[in-house]
Amino acid sequence: MQNPQYNQQMEFFIDMQRCIGCHACEMACAECETNGQESMIHIHYVERAASVQTTVQVCMHCEDPVCANVCPADAITKDDFGVVHTANTSRCIGCSNCVLACPFGVPKKEEKAELMMKCNMCYDRTSAGKKPMCATVCPSQALFYGTREEIEKLRPNSTPVNKFMFGEEQVNTKVNIMMPKGSTELRIHP
Amino acid sequence: MAKLPTSVDSIIDQFGPHKAYTPKEGFQGVHEPDKLVKTHCCFCGMQCGIQLKVKDNKVAGFEPWMEFPFNEGRLCPKGVQRYLQNNHPDRILHPYKRVEGKGFEKTSWEDAMSKTVSEIQRIQNSHGRDAFAMLSGVSLTNEKSYMVGKFARVALKTKNLDYNGRLCMVSAGAGNKKAFGLDRISNSWADLKHAEVIIIAGTNVSETFPTLTHYIWQARDNGAKLIVVDPRVTPIARTADLHLPVRPGGDSALFGAMLKILVDNDWLDHEFIDQHTSGFQESIDAVKDYDLAWAEEKTGIEAAKIQQAAEWWGKAKTSFLLHARGIEHHTKGVDNVLSCINLVLATGRIGKPYCGYGTITGQGNGQGGREHGHKCDQLPGNRDITNPEHRQYIADVWGIDEKELPGKGLSAYEIIEAIHRGEIKGLITICFNPLVSLPNNNFVREALEKLEYYVAIDFFLNETARHADLILPGSLHEEEEGTVTTAEGRVVKINQAITPPGEARKDSEILIELAQRLGVGDKFAYDKAEDVFNELRVASKGGTADYFGITYEKIEKNMGVFWPCPSEDHPGTPRLWEDRKFKTPDGKAHFNPVSYRDPAEVVDKEYPVVMTTGRVVSQYLSGTQTRRIGKLLDQYPEPLLEIHPKLAYQYGIKDGDQVIVKTRRGEATFPAQIVETIREDTVFIPYHWGGKHSANQLTIGTLDPISKIPEFKVCACQLIPTGKMASVQIKETAYQSF
Repeated sequence: MQNPQYNQQMEFFIDMQRCIGCHACEMACAECETNGQESMIHIHYVERAASVQTTVQVCMHCEDPVCANVCPADAITKDDFGVVHTANTSRCIGCSNCVLACPFGVPKKEEKAELMMKCNMCYDRTSAGKKPMCATVCPSQALFYGTREEIEKLRPNSTPVNKFMFGEEQVNTKVNIMMPKGSTELRIHP
Repeated sequence: MAKLPTSVDSIIDQFGPHKAYTPKEGFQGVHEPDKLVKTHCCFCGMQCGIQLKVKDNKVAGFEPWMEFPFNEGRLCPKGVQRYLQNNHPDRILHPYKRVEGKGFEKTSWEDAMSKTVSEIQRIQNSHGRDAFAMLSGVSLTNEKSYMVGKFARVALKTKNLDYNGRLCMVSAGAGNKKAFGLDRISNSWADLKHAEVIIIAGTNVSETFPTLTHYIWQARDNGAKLIVVDPRVTPIARTADLHLPVRPGGDSALFGAMLKILVDNDWLDHEFIDQHTSGFQESIDAVKDYDLAWAEEKTGIEAAKIQQAAEWWGKAKTSFLLHARGIEHHTKGVDNVLSCINLVLATGRIGKPYCGYGTITGQGNGQGGREHGHKCDQLPGNRDITNPEHRQYIADVWGIDEKELPGKGLSAYEIIEAIHRGEIKGLITICFNPLVSLPNNNFVREALEKLEYYVAIDFFLNETARHADLILPGSLHEEEEGTVTTAEGRVVKINQAITPPGEARKDSEILIELAQRLGVGDKFAYDKAEDVFNELRVASKGGTADYFGITYEKIEKNMGVFWPCPSEDHPGTPRLWEDRKFKTPDGKAHFNPVSYRDPAEVVDKEYPVVMTTGRVVSQYLSGTQTRRIGKLLDQYPEPLLEIHPKLAYQYGIKDGDQVIVKTRRGEATFPAQIVETIREDTVFIPYHWGGKHSANQLTIGTLDPISKIPEFKVCACQLIPTGKMASVQIKETAYQSF
């Protein structure tokens, strides 16, 4: 899977602090030819009664993707660039193992299609040297696609983190989240 | 005459609003478009660059335009979905005439044009020229705005022309003219990046100008302190370094108290004040008693926070102050603006890198549209219609006798009042939906029902146009070439992507044919948009908003040109006032004394709660366009009453309960959304909906004495809980304005 246009220096960064909850990412994601007007990224209020803070839920592209590991049909694959791809439609049996297994709650089973669908990092765009659609349109750049060097220069007050501790379980991801300067990991269940 | 011709349900059946969605597989040809057209979003004053995908003369989708420097591909949800209008089933494709008892029936352009002209002539012959009025909008390009101004004065020969910018930027415009002699933001957005302190007052940036958020975040990455003045914790206020939750109506008290703190601590730029300003002493005299205790009482903001804001502002070396409708939609909108300008002038931080001030213009062409003559008191180049020299110059450009040029007319809301009084009998509107967007809209409806003849030009049938005698199908943003001027003063190019569908025509063609039939075709001999722009350049020459040096070619080559640009070899002016030569008669920037006064309506025992209005991110203004786009509606289907839990508890209101909100103008029912992100004494309702769901049934029609802007942002209300939950059916149909 060699593609000269795919720049492996480019990474995806999510900064929840910057998210303004506008949903532009969802609407832009849904435009993709393969998504059938469904978005693979989701914005939710944390607790609207208390705050307008929103969060971004999108595939984190794990180094060792549990969704792929539990797939009985071998429908989910990770490519040489670390992108975890949506279930192959000819293989997916709609069993929902991936939906239950994902630590970030990302994959969704499209009930109508009986297929699992999730973000594949806009492979059609990123493999042609473009940014993913969500990070292109994001008006606050809560979603940023670029090099690690760029983001460290642009955002000196925060650090990209891609190590998540679910209790004792460590999950490393291709996608980074921006945390306060100096952070090294995010502990989900301390 | 202009009562609805048939039931509202039947009009909605025929013309919508209906929700439109993109088909699952996308519109036909979206993946193999015939062309990508570089243009701009049709909505707010940011005017983000976007590329439209065109297939078979239809807009089929969009592609981000990465090279346009302001937004580099970034868009808000409205921008992403804007392409859904051209293919929309509600699009008006033919001229229609009102038929009593039946609704609207198709008519021919010939009949529509001749009827329009005969009614204009009948009304003007019987009641005088000014008995026929025109209301316009600044979603129109500069070319169309200019042409509307000329059409009203030269073809209709009426003085009564005004526009929906009257609900938008006029307080800022009036304040800026008083202080600087010119009405434009002082710097481009690029100067936000290294401002040490940014104050944003009364502007829900992240919902109303989402793509501007990036610039504010960049500044914060560089260490800027952000101060947000807003009664609500909006998304941009959520992470601000300092949130000042002002009670609606308290703005000038806050800024007055801050000015006093600057003076008391000598956080002043004496050299700038002495050399380049006037009126300082009178202005500080006006606030000499505005101590912190007084300010805390008037604004509802803790004294310590006011002190902190003044200290940060006072000690900063670079800064940017931005405001928008939140401080401008008041009977003291101009005062609020002037009190902000006083803070900027006192610290001398203007006309330098990373030192800026301005209003964030709301509408797509809110800036350009307010410069070239479709305001009741204005001529192109931001000239004054009461100034004899200005009148003579424009009369010469137009080739008419100066005596033929009408004088100052009534402002938008005053036009409605004059219709209500029976003084104005005929009306033509374009891109303006006053029945949703004006305050106290039951009064507006009564006025519309009194019109003898009403012609509406639009691409969708908005709520106001349901009352029309004749509907003329005009053009969408993407159906006609032109220019707009963004909120940062950058003149950009709108490129035509497709031709108007069906029998719809370009707005300019409609105006030109009407002008011809009114006997002044020679004054409207334009073959293309560029001809209009070239005339506008001459008409603006020597005015404060000078476009003379801007050409279509130059705009495209430079991705926009900032006015003033007085000659073709001039590069344009992204940053004003570097030369310290202000455009006031004495060449100085003017302080203006501002004494605090209360809003037109203050709370009392009968109406004890403060009510304010505003916007949500997925909708735009009166919703004519965005209440037809499925996903934007699904995101926020109906207006909710934001209320603090303490106030809700006091009334026994639970989340989702239907609450009757009652003011001296009317009452309406909204589901409660109980949130801690609003002041305890204030409720908020977004205004994008019409009919029973319209917040503007409740708002007050009292105007600022100078700018004539209505006081949308504050009135007094009662809350009457019903104890019932909202029904799903109401929620699902709210967008239709029944």
